[in-house]
Amino acid sequence: MKVNKKSWLALGGLAVASIVLAGCAGSANDAGSTDEGDATSTLTVWVDSERVDALKGAADAYSEKTGVKVDLVGKDTGKIKDDFIQQAPTGKGPDVVMGAHDWLGELSTNGVVAPIELGDTAGDYLPVALQASTYEGTTYMLPYAVENIAILRNADIIPEPATSFDDMIAKGQAAGLTSPFVVQQGVEGDPYHLYPFQTAFGAPVFGTDAEGNYDPADLQIGNEGGFQFATWLGAQGAAGNVNTDVDGDIAKTKFTEGEAAFWLTGPWNVGVATDAGINVAIDPIPSPTDAAAQPFAGVKGFFVSSESDNKVAANDFLVNYIGTEDVQLELFKAGNVLPALTAAADTAAADPIIAGFQTVGADAVPMPAIPAMGAVWQYWGIAEAAIINGADPTATWQKLTDDVSAAIK
Amino acid sequence: MTDTLSTATDEKAPPQTPRQRSAARMADAAGGRLRWLVLKIVMLAIVDAVALYAVFVLFLHNEWLVLTLVTAVTILVNWIYFSRKQIPAKYLTPGIILLVVFQIFTLSYTAYIGLTNYGTGHNGSKDQAIASLMRSSLVRVEDSPTFDVTVVERVGELGLLVTDPTDGEASLGTNLKPLEPVDATMEGGKAVAVDGWTTLTFADVLARSNEVEELAVPYTDDPNDGAIRTQDGQKGYLYTSTLVYDASADTMTDTTTGTVYTDDGEGAFTSESGEQLLPGWQVFVGFDNFVRALTDTTIRGPLLAVTAWTFVFAIVSVATTFFLGLLLAMLFQNTRMRFKNGYRIMLILPYAFPAFLSALIWAGMMNKSFGFINQVLLGGAEIGWLTDPWIAKFSVLLVNLWLGFPYMFLVCMGALQGIPEEVNEAGVMDGASPWQIFRRIKLPLLLVTVTPLLIASFAFNFNNFNLIYMLTGGGPRFEDTAIPAGHTDLLISMVYKVAFTGQNRDYGLASAFTILIFIVVAVIAVISFRKTKALEELN
Repeated sequence: MKVNKKSWLALGGLAVASIVLAGCAGSANDAGSTDEGDATSTLTVWVDSERVDALKGAADAYSEKTGVKVDLVGKDTGKIKDDFIQQAPTGKGPDVVMGAHDWLGELSTNGVVAPIELGDTAGDYLPVALQASTYEGTTYMLPYAVENIAILRNADIIPEPATSFDDMIAKGQAAGLTSPFVVQQGVEGDPYHLYPFQTAFGAPVFGTDAEGNYDPADLQIGNEGGFQFATWLGAQGAAGNVNTDVDGDIAKTKFTEGEAAFWLTGPWNVGVATDAGINVAIDPIPSPTDAAAQPFAGVKGFFVSSESDNKVAANDFLVNYIGTEDVQLELFKAGNVLPALTAAADTAAADPIIAGFQTVGADAVPMPAIPAMGAVWQYWGIAEAAIINGADPTATWQKLTDDVSAAIK
Repeated sequence: MTDTLSTATDEKAPPQTPRQRSAARMADAAGGRLRWLVLKIVMLAIVDAVALYAVFVLFLHNEWLVLTLVTAVTILVNWIYFSRKQIPAKYLTPGIILLVVFQIFTLSYTAYIGLTNYGTGHNGSKDQAIASLMRSSLVRVEDSPTFDVTVVERVGELGLLVTDPTDGEASLGTNLKPLEPVDATMEGGKAVAVDGWTTLTFADVLARSNEVEELAVPYTDDPNDGAIRTQDGQKGYLYTSTLVYDASADTMTDTTTGTVYTDDGEGAFTSESGEQLLPGWQVFVGFDNFVRALTDTTIRGPLLAVTAWTFVFAIVSVATTFFLGLLLAMLFQNTRMRFKNGYRIMLILPYAFPAFLSALIWAGMMNKSFGFINQVLLGGAEIGWLTDPWIAKFSVLLVNLWLGFPYMFLVCMGALQGIPEEVNEAGVMDGASPWQIFRRIKLPLLLVTVTPLLIASFAFNFNNFNLIYMLTGGGPRFEDTAIPAGHTDLLISMVYKVAFTGQNRDYGLASAFTILIFIVVAVIAVISFRKTKALEELN
């Protein structure tokens, strides 16, 4: 049988049809999203897979109270933001998504989140949580947890907290440790974990305006304190106190095996240390200067999708339900991270570990969520890594400042 | 027993006439055809069932175009397989559908994205961007109180019944009518109902979510006093808006500064001074991304460096693995060698581990301060295996050699066995040296079999994302570039970083890169396969 012209045409038609068939899975359709019969009674919430169980009780109780079905969808933590940004415009995304406050710049720039009005309850949250949930003067996130790094101290080796950075190293050396202090870095540096020391030298990344919002036009990283910090960092690199070869796993091993007595890390690593039988105490971060070493605070919370057809239920669920002490405490139990609601935070602080992080967190500053921060991250880590590895601190820091200000423009 | 058996054999025995024999053959054939027919019907039934389900789902989502196409394809497929004539089409159809779905569609869609500005800040449609800008421009009036509100309805029109928290007075307004005092039924200090209007239950409010969200009741006649809006149907707040959208002029005006932002055709409202309001929206930008990739100096620099390194990496990887594999394969041909199987198992081991796991282990061993190589093998030497630009490149090639030579070893062993021993003997008779025999006779013969595999291996290494991602992550980074690429990044890992890391994604640019990579690989493949043909013709 010959392949004639007609059958090729037929195959062509088939080909075109299949293209669209394959495309239909991802194609956007606005008309389709409005007429789903059950849309008003179901609230789709994307949650970190590990926290589905923690929210289950709250979701069920809310359904019982209001008749709104809450559909919790466990998502892979690493993909939740990208999936949300890509799916929200198609109208197929969730109504509510769980996330971190430093996503805000990206979410807001992509127009996928709707403002949330906390109203009079705003004052019930920790100030840092509230500040972090606000972007360009508008609140977009209902906060539920505040996370910051602190010093984990092996109390069996060093019974007393260190008073300063040098004291910490001295105490560790007196105890016979070769590397008293570990902090996670990596070949591309890790500015997040070095930030407390940078702030101690009075060099935040951005200045803030009168309302406490970060001002991208006011780049502070290259002020005098920045250069002092760079010089200090170079010295610490040379002394081996900060090492780019120490990644998260190596830092963890050194602390859990007792080779290091001080570990600058977050609450997410406390479990690992206590499981390893370490008697952990939480201390403020020892400052290399007279000023306080302020870490970044990361705030976790919930966002309402701008394309949700269910904003009323979504806002009601978040503001009037997730924002209550009981639910915040329930989420706390699942994650062991300080609740964002002041009342819940005070209750949770009965645990000395949480109380330790809360004390350090009182000094914490929210991580900037402004898009200009992307330009900073891009150069920051590699500049710090270069300085730790012996590059000229002043020249490298100057180049960092120049690169960042050029990129922001 | 014996009786019945014998009769049975008797009945079976009668000699067949030619007519009977041909009848039996036909019956047999018919039976076979029937089996095939049943199978065909079952398969088509499955296809049709899936299609029917798809049509049902598409119908619910009002996807008419796709629905029509799915129906058309299904009918076509049924027609092809039930027809007695379309024999070539029967063989080609499944392959073509797969080709279209997995290759042509993916490529066309990537090309399409490459021609748009899709990325951070240009994520959705213009309508969505306007709605989002309007929402985020709402500012709560300073020191304004929280109002208790009740959503009420009259002939389809929604209104807000507002209780003033200071004096407890109730007032009512709609989208068009400002608040006016009314006599309302109070409940616990909150106005809950008013004559002539129906109070919506919470379920009703949820059902009309979108309308409630749009409800903005002017506080007074003066629009500058703001409007009361509610997000949850229970509490209301007084907002003013800082942005005004003029639909006829298609402009956004900032009421606080008076700046006018116009649609600049590039997917965002832009002021005269060039300041953009984000979010913007997706637009078709033609070849802008390609032009940017090739002309923007902060992108072109790393792109060129990465492209050059990608070629070096792919070529050197193929060459080193091939020659090491070949060398070992030739050693194994030596009949005097003992313990062949033991060696063979050891040589194939690297091939047996998942490559990305091996790369991860190598990354640990190559850590500058704590890695096995520096600490144990080199007695504490601080060699930056993965952190020095040149040594990192060497490390990547070394690890890839380790990962890749077993494959080449296996391939070469097979190919060498395929070369007849007479060739060797003939060479010896003619007085050729072993090197000459290898160089002039064996290698060309070997290459005929192996070249297609070398090309495939080149294409694989050209896109060897796993190794780079797990071993060096592309690092060490270029220090001052607009894209987060590094000295050991291949094109594919650079594309990944542009599209999926950091806060400023650029899917458009990444897709443009992808298309460029595709063109390069396709050109190389075409040229190489032509060369292979030439080699084959030699023989």
